[in-house]
Amino acid sequence: MATKTKRLKKSRGESEGGVKTWELRLYVAGQTSKSMAAFSNLKKLCEDHLKGQYRIEVIDLLENPALAKGDQILAIPTLVRKLPEPIKKIIGDLSNKERVLVGLNLIPTA
Amino acid sequence: MGQAEGRPISLGTPLEKSLTGIKGLDEVTKGGLPKGRPTLVCGGAGSGKTLLAAEFLVRGALQFGEPGVFMSFEETTDELTKNVVSLGFKLDDLVAQKKISLDYIQIDRNEIEETGEYDLEGLFIRLEHAIASVGAKRVVLDTIETLFSGIPNPAVVRAELKRLFQWLKNKGMTTIITGEQGENTFTRHGLEEYVSDCVIFLDHRISEQVSTRRIRVVKYRGSAHDTNEFPFLIDERGITVMPITSLGLRHTVTNKRVSTGIPRLDAMLGEKGYYRGSSVLISGSAGTGKTSLVAHFADAACRRGERCLCFAFEESESQVVRNMLSIGIDLEQWVKKGLLKYHADRPTIYGLETHLSVMQKMINEFKPAAVIVDPVSNLNAVANISNVKTMLTRLLDQLKLDRVTTVLTILTQGSPTSESTDVDISSLADTWIRLRDIEFGGERNRGIYILKSRGMAHSNQIREFVLTDRGVNLLDVYVGPSGVLTGSARLSREAQEKAKDLVRQQDAQIKQLNLERKRKAMEAQIADIRAEFKTEEAEVKKFIEQDKLRQQKVSQDRKAMAKIRKAD
Repeated sequence: MATKTKRLKKSRGESEGGVKTWELRLYVAGQTSKSMAAFSNLKKLCEDHLKGQYRIEVIDLLENPALAKGDQILAIPTLVRKLPEPIKKIIGDLSNKERVLVGLNLIPTA
Repeated sequence: MGQAEGRPISLGTPLEKSLTGIKGLDEVTKGGLPKGRPTLVCGGAGSGKTLLAAEFLVRGALQFGEPGVFMSFEETTDELTKNVVSLGFKLDDLVAQKKISLDYIQIDRNEIEETGEYDLEGLFIRLEHAIASVGAKRVVLDTIETLFSGIPNPAVVRAELKRLFQWLKNKGMTTIITGEQGENTFTRHGLEEYVSDCVIFLDHRISEQVSTRRIRVVKYRGSAHDTNEFPFLIDERGITVMPITSLGLRHTVTNKRVSTGIPRLDAMLGEKGYYRGSSVLISGSAGTGKTSLVAHFADAACRRGERCLCFAFEESESQVVRNMLSIGIDLEQWVKKGLLKYHADRPTIYGLETHLSVMQKMINEFKPAAVIVDPVSNLNAVANISNVKTMLTRLLDQLKLDRVTTVLTILTQGSPTSESTDVDISSLADTWIRLRDIEFGGERNRGIYILKSRGMAHSNQIREFVLTDRGVNLLDVYVGPSGVLTGSARLSREAQEKAKDLVRQQDAQIKQLNLERKRKAMEAQIADIRAEFKTEEAEVKKFIEQDKLRQQKVSQDRKAMAKIRKAD
């Protein structure tokens, strides 16, 4: 899908389609330990790998339950990568860093 | 709670049940599903789980004022809506009226990457939101087992499911959970461990190449329930379960009678015919005239202005009409007037339960006073005889409640003395008329006799059953020293008898003539003797008179002489 020119640039944060800013949504349900852990893990990850190119939105489903339908959220916490496409979902508190990177497609799977 | 005055022990409140509104299911479960608790509905593919759950929800919203939530894990809401339209349920309308909330939970294994600890709180949140949006009391989760294939960690799923069912119980939701049948377990992932308040099993099997559906309440904690398997149908009115025991023998009867259509047969049945609302069985071997007999009955009913419904499993309507015309019965006129209705189907077209359902539906719509099933024995092609009897029992129960006179015909094997195959079904009938073949002297004739007729005196004579072009005729058979004679043997014997009679008559006449002659002769003789006697009598009289005269003269002479000789 990526064009030939873009493929050369395997640098961090630009492995997908040339989109500059990553849109990430983290769905939580209240201030549980899992949710807090997920948020802090996510922040750390983004600082490490996507510095300056990301935007995190935290959605608390306890306050906005209707939003769960839109992204088909089942598990909490769930991280949804809205941009770049395609949409990717990652469930869990994001403590397994490698998995998160694979899931977000930040490191190509060897 | 549990006010039971006068009773020594208070056992607490009985289990509350939630009526499903599904025909027959409420009777089988004796009041519906357990209220506020989860019920497991399991079965193979295509056995009707989703439809049952959907009907439970729809009827809850429409009939019992309980809004519901349908969480679908397999079909999208559009697909689901389209699928239940065939049952006559319009989910769109109900969603618009906020009586039902539909939600499709999509789980795509490929989309999900597991990266640590998580729980399924999202599901709870969505469910809670849906329940709150319509004020639901009923919930359907169909099929929650897909969570096992979507979420990578089964331990999490199990723990969350356990939490979910407890959560639903706490909220007082009457829930139906559907599960696909496993190899040796009720469900593939063993949901029955968690949902053990009530388990209903749906079976869809093929027997004799015809598919039948069965439902069974495997388990119902806290309640008595019918543990048998019951057949059920899915049609455009929804699901209908058919428990055999629901009607029972509670019908009342009448003393009124209806004509059989043949006056002589009426006479054999105690002068008046069948009891109204009774069941009549007409059995006979091939070609004995059962359909003709039945056509007379239909004709008589229509003539009285009553509606007659005929279920034919052998001949089409036009064929029967044409055939009956040949014996002088015009059924077409009644069909045109709308008094006679035919429904012809091959029995193998669907299963017994569907036959019963179709028949009941037509009976409810047409409301006949007389029903004919011709022939019932064809149903043996679809099921064995005891199942057919069960189905007929159910049909007759319904008809007797409505005081409908029913006539069933059965094709029998042919041997005049074998009545064993009829025995099973014959116990259902109040009147049993048998048509049999009488073979004698190189020809075959038909005889009719009444085997039994409950509650009335009936003739025990065999009559000869003759089809003429002006209908059926019942004639006396000839019973003589050589046995029962029918047909041409009877005619010849009758002719013989007539000839004999004639000869004797002539004899008698001749004797009479002779006697007359003799009398005349005798009278002539008497006349002669009399005449002789008279002449003699006259002579003697004359003689006596003359003698008298003479004596008188003599005495006169003497006197005269004395006078002359006097005096001196």
